[in-house]
Amino acid sequence: MKTILTINNLTKKYGKLTAVSDLSFTIEKGNVYGILGPNGSGKSTTLGIILNVVNKTSGDFQWFNGTTTHQALKKVGAIIERPNFYPYMTAQENLKLVCKIKEVPESKIEEKLKLVGLWERKNDKFKTFSLGMKQRLAISSALLNDPEILILDEPTNGLDPQGIHQIREIIIQIAETGTTILLASHLLDEVEKVCTHVVVLQKGIRLYSGRVDQMVASYGYFEINAEDQSKLTSLLNNHEAFGNISHTKSGVLNVILTQDINAEDVNKYLFENGVIVNHLVKKKESLEEKFLQLTSQQS
Amino acid sequence: MKRLLEIEFIKLWNSRSSRILIISYFALLSLISILTTIDFSFGKIQFRLAEQGIFNFPYIWHINTFIAGVLKIFIAIVIVSMMSNEYSNKTLKQNLIDGLSKKEFVLSKFYMVVVFSLISTIFIATVTLILGLIYSDYKTASIIFTDTEFLLSYFVKLVGFFSLCLFLGMLVRKSAFALGFLFIWYILEWLFFGLLNYVLPDNSEIPGKIFKFLPIQSLSNLIKEPVSRFNAVMTLANQVGEDLTRDYTTHWYEYTIVIIWTLFFLFFTYITLKRRNL
Repeated sequence: MKTILTINNLTKKYGKLTAVSDLSFTIEKGNVYGILGPNGSGKSTTLGIILNVVNKTSGDFQWFNGTTTHQALKKVGAIIERPNFYPYMTAQENLKLVCKIKEVPESKIEEKLKLVGLWERKNDKFKTFSLGMKQRLAISSALLNDPEILILDEPTNGLDPQGIHQIREIIIQIAETGTTILLASHLLDEVEKVCTHVVVLQKGIRLYSGRVDQMVASYGYFEINAEDQSKLTSLLNNHEAFGNISHTKSGVLNVILTQDINAEDVNKYLFENGVIVNHLVKKKESLEEKFLQLTSQQS
Repeated sequence: MKRLLEIEFIKLWNSRSSRILIISYFALLSLISILTTIDFSFGKIQFRLAEQGIFNFPYIWHINTFIAGVLKIFIAIVIVSMMSNEYSNKTLKQNLIDGLSKKEFVLSKFYMVVVFSLISTIFIATVTLILGLIYSDYKTASIIFTDTEFLLSYFVKLVGFFSLCLFLGMLVRKSAFALGFLFIWYILEWLFFGLLNYVLPDNSEIPGKIFKFLPIQSLSNLIKEPVSRFNAVMTLANQVGEDLTRDYTTHWYEYTIVIIWTLFFLFFTYITLKRRNL
């Protein structure tokens, strides 16, 4: 598989603060990657470094097997935080400028503006656009060079529900064409919906890196309750399939599984030992729970 | 190079405020010709500037480039505000992300400065030639083309000054502060000169020698003030017994000082950008 980006032991310090700490991961062609982390976890700094706008402290990264970063960026499309354009120029003029920078023909402009539904507004100044339109213009600008990888940093931040929906539709549409995508977000369902791979960051440290489905791959957990909670607890503790037991707010017990076991067998085991359950649900963890689990271990 | 210039041109020309400033700059340059129509009358004495010989070749090369040099502050505003807008609109960051290298970014601005200075030089050369051909008392080719080196001084002066503006714009990021800083720099040079004069014994040559190496002073040394060279003033000075014969030519080392400063500003504009986290 073709490697697009390799990051090795990347570190960035702002004075005493370490924004990114010893980060390594690889991006392969064709996958959709998510960088997940709370605000201030080093997502934007990492993207800033690989995009040549933030200077690294140590470590290194390599684009497309060793081309210079500035040449590589011509094969990359990227949007960082907010759409940045010249406010006094029209959509078309702004894209013309980007064409010159990326060295692609201006004929691409029409195609990409149509893709994001802004062709009718091509002669309007950027400053007259709504945030959703600005963000769509940014996406069309990032796509001008038909990039090998599209990098998006919080693309739906600050948008209204329609705007969020439009942007997600566009991202999914782009992913379907086989373009590699790197998406930084603190929104878990966003990552869960579009990404195949995920890197979880907290305070600049990598907590997880791998496939999304493997991250949430666990035996799941039971929500369970009975009249005699103490007997239930001791029975569960004695069975090898059950791990950590915790109380939820509603008084129901949460039991993490350490091996695969179905609800029928649990019910049978408890009944045979004299406990009758009044609540029994088997659940799979969502990415959100897994994420909170991962990040709470650290803090 | 063509690509970088095109990039810069799109940015510059689509901005209405810089377009207005540039157009007014050239309008003001051509207004030098208005000097011809100035009539002073002190009581009975009629004084028409055009008839006093300021439009005589080769003197006209000197006075026109000198006056035009003052107007460069208009372009300084354009340069500094373009640079600070790149920061405030975060387009500098976006340009780099889109694949412009930091070196290319600085070079595109510098090329623009050079091209602009060239256009301004050609413009002022044309205006001067026309005015001279209309009003000069001497119109032989050898006299017309004497002292045209002032055009070279003018060009070098503009490039040097605009590079200083680029550097300040990059360093300070806010246009108003950058222009203020330029003004303070100018004052500081004079303060420094005054201080040296104060500290060192009278008639010492050292302050003058050091002074001409300072950036703004070295720029103004490229075209020395032309007024004392003016016929009427000379005549007046001769009458009161003062000798005003001065050296008005620009020496090679004066060019060298400015060129070194220009390269210095260009280099530090680049270093400033390179070391900055955007």
